Amino acid sequence: MSAWLAPAEEGGVAAAVADAFAAGEPLAVEGAGTKRAMLRPVQAARTLSTAALSGITLYRPKELVIAARAGTPLAEIEAALAAEGQMLIAEPPSAALWGGGQATLGGVVAANLSGPRRIAGGAMRDHVLGIRFVNGRGEVIRSGGRVLKNVTGLDLCKLLAGSHGTLGVITEITLKVLPRPETAATLLLRVANTAAGVQALCAGLGSPYGVSGAAVLPDTPEGPLALLRVEDFADSVAYRIGRLQDLLAGYGDSRRADAEETTTLWRGIRDGAPLAAAAEEAIWRVSVKPTEGPGVLAAVQAAGGRGYLDWGGGLVWIAGPATAALHAAVMAAAGSGSFTLVRAPDSLRTAVPVIPAEVPPLAALSRRVKAALDPKGILNPGRMRAGL
Amino acid sequence: MPSVPLPGCSPRTLPPALRGRSRLPCPLPPARPSSPRGVPRMIRQPDPKPEVLARREEIIAALRALVPPHPLSGESVIADPLRLKPYETDGLSAYRQPPLAVVLPSTTDQVAAVLRYCHANGVRVVPRGAGTSLSGGALPMADAVVIGLMRMNRILQVDFANRLAVVEAGVTNIGITRAVEEKGFFYAPDPSSQLACMIGGNVMMNSGGAHCLKYGVTANNLLGLTFVTIEGEILRLGGGHLDPAGYDWLGLITGSEGQLGIVTEVTVRILRAAEGARAMLVAFASVEAAGKAVDAIIGSGIIPVALEFMDRPCIHACEAFAHAGYPLDAEAMLIIEVEGSEAEQDALLARIRDICAPLSPIRLRIAATPEESAAIWKGRKGAFGAVGRISPDYLCMDGTIPTSELPRVLARIAEMSQHFGLQVANVFHAGDGNLHPLIMFDANDPDSLQRAEAFGAEILKLCVEVGGCLTGEHGVGVEKRDLMPVQFAPHELDQQRAIKSAFDPAWLLNPAKVFPLAQAAA
Repeated sequence: MSAWLAPAEEGGVAAAVADAFAAGEPLAVEGAGTKRAMLRPVQAARTLSTAALSGITLYRPKELVIAARAGTPLAEIEAALAAEGQMLIAEPPSAALWGGGQATLGGVVAANLSGPRRIAGGAMRDHVLGIRFVNGRGEVIRSGGRVLKNVTGLDLCKLLAGSHGTLGVITEITLKVLPRPETAATLLLRVANTAAGVQALCAGLGSPYGVSGAAVLPDTPEGPLALLRVEDFADSVAYRIGRLQDLLAGYGDSRRADAEETTTLWRGIRDGAPLAAAAEEAIWRVSVKPTEGPGVLAAVQAAGGRGYLDWGGGLVWIAGPATAALHAAVMAAAGSGSFTLVRAPDSLRTAVPVIPAEVPPLAALSRRVKAALDPKGILNPGRMRAGL
Repeated sequence: MPSVPLPGCSPRTLPPALRGRSRLPCPLPPARPSSPRGVPRMIRQPDPKPEVLARREEIIAALRALVPPHPLSGESVIADPLRLKPYETDGLSAYRQPPLAVVLPSTTDQVAAVLRYCHANGVRVVPRGAGTSLSGGALPMADAVVIGLMRMNRILQVDFANRLAVVEAGVTNIGITRAVEEKGFFYAPDPSSQLACMIGGNVMMNSGGAHCLKYGVTANNLLGLTFVTIEGEILRLGGGHLDPAGYDWLGLITGSEGQLGIVTEVTVRILRAAEGARAMLVAFASVEAAGKAVDAIIGSGIIPVALEFMDRPCIHACEAFAHAGYPLDAEAMLIIEVEGSEAEQDALLARIRDICAPLSPIRLRIAATPEESAAIWKGRKGAFGAVGRISPDYLCMDGTIPTSELPRVLARIAEMSQHFGLQVANVFHAGDGNLHPLIMFDANDPDSLQRAEAFGAEILKLCVEVGGCLTGEHGVGVEKRDLMPVQFAPHELDQQRAIKSAFDPAWLLNPAKVFPLAQAAA
């Protein structure tokens, strides 16, 4: 068991990193540790957790801005927002995917995890207005602020989002939020197959009716289903779902799900529930052009995987045996798109690239940018790529 | 055909009533002097490298060999002093400096070849799109080669099913929408210079526009970039898919003001436009009441597609210019626009009317038709031109503030206006906190110009003080580089410099921008 550091103040995080920098000793960086089974395992004698660095520091509902320390549980932030009729725009997945626990805001931002509303509202990283983090020398660095438009200097908010703790330890995040829509509904279309489902989603997303969720579930008791969600004021939702139903009538019979069923359906899609993955199975997310999604899924199915599509067809959720062979099939199917090994036993995660390799000149840039922020390579070494 | 610098400040955007399927031909910005008149001023620049200046002829010959004349457009390397004139400044035309030479490549490979040569020979490089930067982002240096991307102006691919377009960096912002509007699509960020400004420049400045609250800024609307490093490596970043794993290169490069490399191709997200849009105007007897109205609208759950605030001097200037029927007795006015079907527009506008009612608006006008919407927008659209008619010259500032601070900030600006003896009109994108004070002065009077600049700097410091930032969408460039320490601590600037150095160890890319000069040279 490695040593566990969980400072309750930013200064404690800075001191812990400064010590590690002086000693040249690596740190495993995490929030609540719910995503330990994601990407590659980190070999470090000490773990630096932001879990005790918790609490909402600023919430201005009328300015659509909330700020919280990195270790604040996502659920606490969502509850505070809900109390004011607001929400996180990117609809990030819960920790259910990794067996539960309280995911932290810092962890979700560090992983840039976004859910179904990504296609309409942007990714988690798109809503990070400001950030505070401790770099690999133990210095506290700020970037951005609390206003929507800000082009003052390099955008380190986006660089840190999705860097999985390898460039800095995020200590506080300021996010743009939005009003929670008055209601929501889903159109469920019985489509002939996955490819026809994605065509229907493309037509829906290319319509003026404000689709905020677009998924295909290939294997349901009702057969393959295409799902299109609309969220807005009640009158608008009724009108737009009706127009979508007319527009997409040629793709198959349809029915409408009400607000309650819509919440359940999309929570499941957000959290990978349709995969019904067993504990020993691996889970991947592949990101491609929406029209390429059905081909990716077919190729992975031929190799023994199964899955479904979100993001209009462009996000392929995959589950299957945690084997190098299936992983190779996922990598091949992703082509020029992207893939992430979201959950797997250590044996697979240490043996394969968990995200796509970079071409040599880009890999060199990755190393130089890493060195600019973390000169001794002490923050989450090897988390994203072997040797980085 | 070299690009000519555009007017320093122009109307911000197409009126949203004209956006979407029924987009009309876009009016050109009104003519106004392209710069404060008077003698161009000096800005502190690093000393030119004597060894580069001494090799001028050799460098030009080498560039000519790398980028041969274009079959239609003619010579691709400009070195004749007269022909360098259009490149000596940009939208911040108070500052001028001819470069050593200008190169106009037509392909990514040519850009890479030029960068490889400049890297090998220690030659500084200034990237340039349309030259519309309001912060001096494309200001040359005497020993620098300007790489102009205006010949890279092809739309390479439009893919409606996947809702994306692949375009070269020299395609204009409006050119993207023009290429996709036949099917009701548009490219969302709409900076005021959208008729002229190029997508490559939009990426480098992370350009915004009037509709950011709903549609985001450039960074939120990109999928991929072709990016050339100072070493001449061509990198394809992202593509047609969302959120590639690995470091967020798109996010880091967007808004980097040419500090990290040159973008030659851009894959953007295109969106289907709403069924329609309509505007309303509501005027109040106090700034506070208008601020409360903004809060109440946002608090109600409505996200208008535009939410524009004008103060009294701005209302008066616009009304005198456009005769849009703006209420001259108002202290503050909002223009609010919503999107959707006719019935949805009716419902939202009625809700907003009811929200505003308790705040006792002194005027409230809801457009019944797209034509009436256009009439409401007419004055706002011409705001900068209108101010240009009542003042010989003006500085267009670009700070951001938390919306709640608006009344306090406007009160402080009014005090400063007294102190500096200069008038100011304020336009505010209330939806996204972007404040554009227009400081009126007379450039023929050096004292007036100096006071205007001091006034502007004080406003930006105030923006930072109340929790905002130095620049919302115009960029730091040379204009605000020396104010960066107001917002960032020395070690924070050093961290940003270290990241720049990771891309550009010799600091050849757009040097003397963004970072305060003393340390930048170190």
